[in-house]
Amino acid sequence: MASKRKYRGIDQLSARDKVVVTLMVVVPTLIVLWLVWLPAIGSVLLSFTNWDGIGPLSGIKSVGLQNYRDIATIYPPFWPAIQHNLIWLAVMFLVATPLGMLFAVLVDRGVAGTRFYQTSIYLPVVLSLALIGFIWQLIYSRDQGLINAITGGTTDWYGDPNVNLWAALVAASWRHAGYIMLLYLAGLKGVDPSLREAARIDGASESQTFFKVVFPVMRPINIIVLVVTFIESLRAFDLVWVINKGRNGLELISTLVTQNVVGEASRIGFGSALATIMLLISSVLVFVYLRIAMKED
Amino acid sequence: MTRPSSEAEYLARMVPPSVRGVDRRTLLRGALGVGTLLGVGGLAACGSDSTGGTGVPTGAVTGTVTVGSNQSDAVPKAAVQSYMDAFEKANSGTTVKINTVDHNSFQENINNYLQGSPDDVFTWFAGYRMQFFAEKGLVGDVSDVWKNITGMSEALKKASTATDGKQYFVPITNYPWAVFYRKSLFQEKGYEVPKTLDDLNALGAQMKKDGLAPIAFGDKDGWPAMGTFDQINLRVNGYDFHVSLMSGKESWTDPKVKKVFDTWAGILPLHQADSLGRTWQEAAQSLQQKKSGMYVLGSFLAQQFSKGAEQDDLDFFTFPEIDSTIGTDAIEAPIDGYMMSAKPKNEGAAKKLLQYISQPEAQLLALKADPSVIATNDTADTSGYTALQKKSAEYVKSAKSIAQFMDRDTRPDFASTVMIPAIQSFIKNPKDIDGLLTSIEAQKKSIFGS
Repeated sequence: MASKRKYRGIDQLSARDKVVVTLMVVVPTLIVLWLVWLPAIGSVLLSFTNWDGIGPLSGIKSVGLQNYRDIATIYPPFWPAIQHNLIWLAVMFLVATPLGMLFAVLVDRGVAGTRFYQTSIYLPVVLSLALIGFIWQLIYSRDQGLINAITGGTTDWYGDPNVNLWAALVAASWRHAGYIMLLYLAGLKGVDPSLREAARIDGASESQTFFKVVFPVMRPINIIVLVVTFIESLRAFDLVWVINKGRNGLELISTLVTQNVVGEASRIGFGSALATIMLLISSVLVFVYLRIAMKED
Repeated sequence: MTRPSSEAEYLARMVPPSVRGVDRRTLLRGALGVGTLLGVGGLAACGSDSTGGTGVPTGAVTGTVTVGSNQSDAVPKAAVQSYMDAFEKANSGTTVKINTVDHNSFQENINNYLQGSPDDVFTWFAGYRMQFFAEKGLVGDVSDVWKNITGMSEALKKASTATDGKQYFVPITNYPWAVFYRKSLFQEKGYEVPKTLDDLNALGAQMKKDGLAPIAFGDKDGWPAMGTFDQINLRVNGYDFHVSLMSGKESWTDPKVKKVFDTWAGILPLHQADSLGRTWQEAAQSLQQKKSGMYVLGSFLAQQFSKGAEQDDLDFFTFPEIDSTIGTDAIEAPIDGYMMSAKPKNEGAAKKLLQYISQPEAQLLALKADPSVIATNDTADTSGYTALQKKSAEYVKSAKSIAQFMDRDTRPDFASTVMIPAIQSFIKNPKDIDGLLTSIEAQKKSIFGS
């Protein structure tokens, strides 16, 4: 009899189930369309216009590729912004993320006062942005800041365009490392302790155990950490905006978008073109990630 | 929700970074803007013709009049409340409803605010932006209010007039930009107020010898240095050229503009070093602590000085003469005031309120909160003024032409996305003026041409 109960597709469901399933598919689809795809496509379309945010939609004039041409040729902050985004990505990837992982491993090993360290390293992630901006202003201010007061130096941490990106990166890493630590710690807790025991019995050293046994086992977490790092670096915005609205050595694509679109400036078309460029760069990373994730399955 | 877009915008800031993809948020804002537009259906097209002709009611007015205010700090907020209360008292039966929005948010959201459902009357500034809104039909004509206004100078009327010859703005207070210094420091060291650029250079050299930073300078926020540019341009090329340059009619590669930057480069060594990391407040404190000798800023810098003796010690002089054929009769004094929306719900009361705001009584109440500004009405009683206010009033009255400020005299997109980075890069590298001006001109053509 069991062979007769083959799944016959949606016809098998009762009328009520059909309604529920339809709702469960349609409602999220509409929400995604409305909140993600409509604005995304709208922004791409607006990027070919010079709309200033005033007047009816019919008054929008198309300017072809002029916005993109202007961005690449006569908009001085654009290329520095690309460069800064890449530096940001490199530092997060090579310094902040490994640091967060190191913290996680140390905390996981159960150093004395683990809870204290765990809390204090994670604290920056919880603090509000305004507070973080204020904290670092107290430390970095040229005339009244902590660093210059202690060292007696006159380095202009926020104002010197050769220095301020690195100063901002220190602050960003401070925050990012705590975030990664928490993610990684959760993963470490999940590793089967018998694996470590077995490694120890086989005579593996601490570092061998981690790199040869624990690290490979944590592959799913590693990929999540990688993706989080990429996303956070591309989206880097808040700290820089709090410092000086992303000018003078701290240009990032995200801040340029905001400068142009939000506020009185209202260069909606131009800002949309910048946002579209950012969308394209993110898409490349999303594509790479999806390929890795698909392969896994 | 009277202002959905501005509130959404405000709330968007509160969203944690984890859910706030910048591009997505920007797009969302665009979508909201579109929604607003569809909602009000062609308001922009038919704005200005709905007002005018009705005149200011001479009799009593009734009902509720709404006021959008950007005076969000405690003290100015109380001041607004006090003159609105006084208006209510004088017009029984009228209620004033004040909607206060954070100062920066108000300014940043003005486009959406005006296209949504703005309050009957709202705070704004004189200048190019005001004229721009008038041209777009987003604000109401208040020429008939001006017919009843007395005690305002011709210059103020000009500053309230748009290109169509009608008035759209009613001034309440203004404040001058100038070179500020501490009297006690100048007395102690025997410094004299410089009259010309050469005097300024000599004085600067002397101050340097005395271990002072001659001119305090902070441009972390990007806008304060615009003031210095304006001052030098007014002295080198005069008011007419400045206004024409700001409205996009002159070329930035003109040798006249190059001369402004050359002159600035000449006195840049007198400015406090590392200015791009310093806020104007920190720079003002260095003046207050007598670590620097002078400061080119608006009179609001007095806020960094404690009330009483310290503020009395603060004095100013006009930016020194650079070209004797141009002189020093052009100054910068931004005017704050009120405008009326294109379709006020209670037009009679709105106009009556605007007229009240132009009178000395309301203006003096406004000054109580912020003693660094002065009343725009000439008949206001100045006996309660501080020494600094008296001098400011005298200074503004004696000026032949009054500029507003770069970000009020030109397109805001040009000021914020082109001029702020350009001036900052000039401060970093004052040598490549030609390259800088070519870049500004290319961007100006693209922005003004659109």
